[in-house]
Amino acid sequence: MARFLEYQGKEWLSKAGIPVPKGRSAATPEEAKQAAEWIGGPVAVKGQVQAGGRGKAGIVKLVNTPEEAASAAAEILAKTVKGLPVRQVLVEEKLDIKKEFYVSLVINGAREARSPMVMFSTEGGMDIESVLEEKIIKMFVNPVNGLQTYDGVDLASQAGIPAKDLSKFASFFAKLSQTYKKYDCQTLEINPLIMTGNGELICADCKMEIDNSSVSRHPEFGIKIARDLPGEPTELDYIGWSIEETDARGTGFLMNMGYDEVSPYHIGYHPIGGGSAMMGLDVLNQVGLKPANYADTSGNPVGSKIYRVAKCVLSQPNIDGYLLGGFMMANQEQWHHAHAIVKVLREILPTQKPGLPCVLLLCGNREDESLEILRTGLADLMTPDGPGKRIEIYGKEHVTDTKFIGERLLALSQEYRAEKDARKVG
Amino acid sequence: MGILISKGTKVIVQGITGREGSVRTNYMKEYGTKLIGGTSPGKAGEEIHGVPVYNTVKEIAREHGEIDFSVLFVPGRGLKTAVMEAADAGVKYIIPCVEGTPIHDIMEMIAYAQMKGSRVIGPGSIGIITPGEAVVGWLGGNVDWANKFFQRGNIGVFSRSGGQSGTIPWVLREGGFGVSTVVHTGTEPVLGTSMADLLPYFEADPETAGVAVYAEIGGSQEEECAEVIASGRFTKPFVIYVAGAWAPEGQRFSHASNIVERGRGSAKSKIDAIKKAGGYVAETPTDIPKILREKIKV
Repeated sequence: MARFLEYQGKEWLSKAGIPVPKGRSAATPEEAKQAAEWIGGPVAVKGQVQAGGRGKAGIVKLVNTPEEAASAAAEILAKTVKGLPVRQVLVEEKLDIKKEFYVSLVINGAREARSPMVMFSTEGGMDIESVLEEKIIKMFVNPVNGLQTYDGVDLASQAGIPAKDLSKFASFFAKLSQTYKKYDCQTLEINPLIMTGNGELICADCKMEIDNSSVSRHPEFGIKIARDLPGEPTELDYIGWSIEETDARGTGFLMNMGYDEVSPYHIGYHPIGGGSAMMGLDVLNQVGLKPANYADTSGNPVGSKIYRVAKCVLSQPNIDGYLLGGFMMANQEQWHHAHAIVKVLREILPTQKPGLPCVLLLCGNREDESLEILRTGLADLMTPDGPGKRIEIYGKEHVTDTKFIGERLLALSQEYRAEKDARKVG
Repeated sequence: MGILISKGTKVIVQGITGREGSVRTNYMKEYGTKLIGGTSPGKAGEEIHGVPVYNTVKEIAREHGEIDFSVLFVPGRGLKTAVMEAADAGVKYIIPCVEGTPIHDIMEMIAYAQMKGSRVIGPGSIGIITPGEAVVGWLGGNVDWANKFFQRGNIGVFSRSGGQSGTIPWVLREGGFGVSTVVHTGTEPVLGTSMADLLPYFEADPETAGVAVYAEIGGSQEEECAEVIASGRFTKPFVIYVAGAWAPEGQRFSHASNIVERGRGSAKSKIDAIKKAGGYVAETPTDIPKILREKIKV
């Protein structure tokens, strides 16, 4: 995922010449002890997970000796926060804090902005959502010229920074803005930004997210998968990313939706097009089914790419149905989908998932030919006792009729589960 | 009429010799778009489906004068400079028909074009069509399909999804309406042109009697439309369908723009804003023509 843990983000900040506390990551208590010895003096031991509220979760501890650092690390590394195991701690010098600030850069797509936006507040160290709106100074950053020092002076001055510190803050903001662009960040949040007793600015925390579309031009980051996932990447996510990463002929998007691979009424979800996918998600939820995964094969992908996505979707364990959700009048020639789906269903249904409900909706350009390919290619499976007995094929009469499609899928899934349960009892 | 493009619109294709560029050039030309040239550095003098190839956009401008539209099939890293090239040559509208462009490149190309007096549509748009007159991009797919499903009429259409920019004209056709112009605004989180920027165009177009929109979660385009309507700068019937109410928050999907963060960009926020401004919300796409039928006097 293109989101860094705190210690990773800080390493990249440091490489860009932005001050961060002296520190090192550790995966064991022993490593934490060594890190504390290297730093010398009191240290903070901070659990590394992609979740806010780490203080409350008890995974940030201040200690005085390397031995205490080791036992704090042992305690923190044994925890999970919001379902995420803590695999590393960051051990870093305890800072002499005079004042805490908040600063972040985000993308603002609103039409008056269409640019990065910097937000600065003298109320640092707490959740920014709980800071009063008038205490947060916002400024758009010119995407061509970047944030200039005079912008930085303006920003700091509006926030009430005293005159003697204005240029210090301004050069910090300019540097941070350059780094934000250089690393192709989506979000860069420093909360808190610390002013120390001797007047230095140091980033005490760091939330850095890289733009998914920019990951390929930053091999130095070693990002394995550029997706925003509900949790840690699963096997499905890695396979999905490999399909997309190596083949630019149309979209073949695939990711997990937090399916545990056992819960009932999860559907192998294969919508066509991002818009169609939104409509399909809405209806699955309305009828009481759940998507096991998310997918999208659009932008005129080749058949082999569609085949790979469909095969992954259908191979998920214990799904109670498959939805080819083409809730759109596609501009792309739909016969590539028809060929790919016939091949996958012929491979999966007879041997692995006989009787699986498969509702296939395919509409738009070359629809008649595509539906014919599906009907002909699946005919011998679709007999009353055949492995394809719950395949149903629909075209443009139902293109926006999400409710009908959802209800068909639900009815077939209920029947399929009843059959499965009866077999278990038997 | 219609907006943005018509029969006389002078169009060029950047990246005309590539796989997509070549196929889509053929489609646009067959449909009747006035294609005056395309670019591919080092390939000047060649022809693609009868359209002359030049080295640069400036070469075309020197020969043909002002260029109205450039359609770009230049992927990824090359896109930013291709957009800058078009803006430097004075192209009025620049429409990059590719997805997955780095976000900082997108913001920079939009800002640069604006400084030069050009407007970017997209990136990530599949195009614009004014039925019977012209198409830019690949909206419609091929001439047979486009002729069958994009029928001329009096409804302006916006879509935030490439696929659904074909669906809305189809449900309108089933409901007895045709379309004046269909615009797919693109799928990126930052776009050069928002629906709200184009609403005044539909307001000014005598052929357009109302506007139908396929909308999705994420971003603020719908809320911006609500502002334009509430301020009285758009007065025709405005009907919107919003998809993605059930998509989980904080997750980004295959349209990079579909993300709801801390409640912002949610379907509810959009629906409430449009209703409050005096627009109409369709529960399903097929309700769009039903609502228009009530609101437009034939």
